[in-house]
Amino acid sequence: MLAINPFAALSATIPPAVMQAYVVAMFVLVAAGTLFDIVHKGSARYFFDHWRRSKGRARNGLGGGELASIAVQTAVVDVLASGEFCSARRRVAHLLTMYGFLLYVVSTVVMVFSRSTSDIWPHLWWLGGVMVCVGGYWFWFFIRADVAAEGNSPLRLMRADLFVVSLLASVTLGLIWALLQLNGGGGAMVFFALYILATTVLFGSVPWSKFAHMFFKPAAAFEKRVSSANGTRANLPGPADKPEQFGSARTAPRHY
Amino acid sequence: MPTFVYMTRCDGCGHCVDICPSDIMHIDKTYRRAYNIEPNMCWECYSCVKACPQNAIDARGYADFAPLGHSVRTLREEAKGTISWRLKFRDGREKNFESPIRTTPWGSIKGPAEYDAPRAEDLASQALAHEPDSLKIAGGLPTLTPNRMKRRVA
Repeated sequence: MLAINPFAALSATIPPAVMQAYVVAMFVLVAAGTLFDIVHKGSARYFFDHWRRSKGRARNGLGGGELASIAVQTAVVDVLASGEFCSARRRVAHLLTMYGFLLYVVSTVVMVFSRSTSDIWPHLWWLGGVMVCVGGYWFWFFIRADVAAEGNSPLRLMRADLFVVSLLASVTLGLIWALLQLNGGGGAMVFFALYILATTVLFGSVPWSKFAHMFFKPAAAFEKRVSSANGTRANLPGPADKPEQFGSARTAPRHY
Repeated sequence: MPTFVYMTRCDGCGHCVDICPSDIMHIDKTYRRAYNIEPNMCWECYSCVKACPQNAIDARGYADFAPLGHSVRTLREEAKGTISWRLKFRDGREKNFESPIRTTPWGSIKGPAEYDAPRAEDLASQALAHEPDSLKIAGGLPTLTPNRMKRRVA
């Protein structure tokens, strides 16, 4: 069952060209939304202004090789391994959601655009969807700071939830639709309509949601590493010249 | 001057929300990043500044020790047991300080929850919580004798 391409089965109802046009439209929405976000918030201007100021105050000049090395470290540690998270639970949940989302999106694109009969893509689509659900619902019900640290109800919604809610709704409804369609159950098209609605909200709400964090967070992580290497360290003091002799007394913020 | 948060550094972990004694560090409803909801009520205790694992929180120091145009930043290193301070003045001078997080060993001070719950008769006593043990007067109250006083006072 998991080896069947759900979009191939759908092509009897909706022409493949329409599905492909929808996928392209979603990519355009993300690109346009991100550009609008950058211009509207002035985040790129802030980043480059900050970059110039930091470079002007640098104690150690950095060459091209060092910058390339820092870029690789940022990509491997901060982006691919979510190394910036201080909490192991948050890091695992983020990795599950991030790689699940990548698998889910790539396999969706491949299955919509190619007529490949390979079994691997449907399997990756299901795996990605389940990973998003595990990481996303774990984050939603147990890890969110406003639930874990502020003591709010996990069912309380606010604008900051737009990205997570639309992502989880899109993936969950997509998996339910695929299951119903493969089993021949009724209501498959209702869930498909809801799946399309949630997906459109996810990719169309970039200027209002935190979708763009996947673009600006790596840039911020790179700038942080550069400021550490060039000695400015965002005005932070350098590490103390003392041996490490204690463990961590930091506890997770769940005291409410 | 109150605390403020560098939004690109904050990852919304909630440590500052947890530690703020004024309960004014909260999670923003739009971006799920920390922010100071009531700057007027911030007394610049630096608890959140030191607790932030991302060093995303900053505070402008008091004008009496760091005039305008300055920067005061701290780095808390638990494994080393140190708090480092870096003050940069607007004329370019810089001062660096380093102090221990605490002067007693980790775990040597019992928290309130680690003491036995008070008994009913304890509540009627004039003694405060954990007294007399916490007063460390097992040998009796210290007595001030004339030979311990300065001359001409007694």
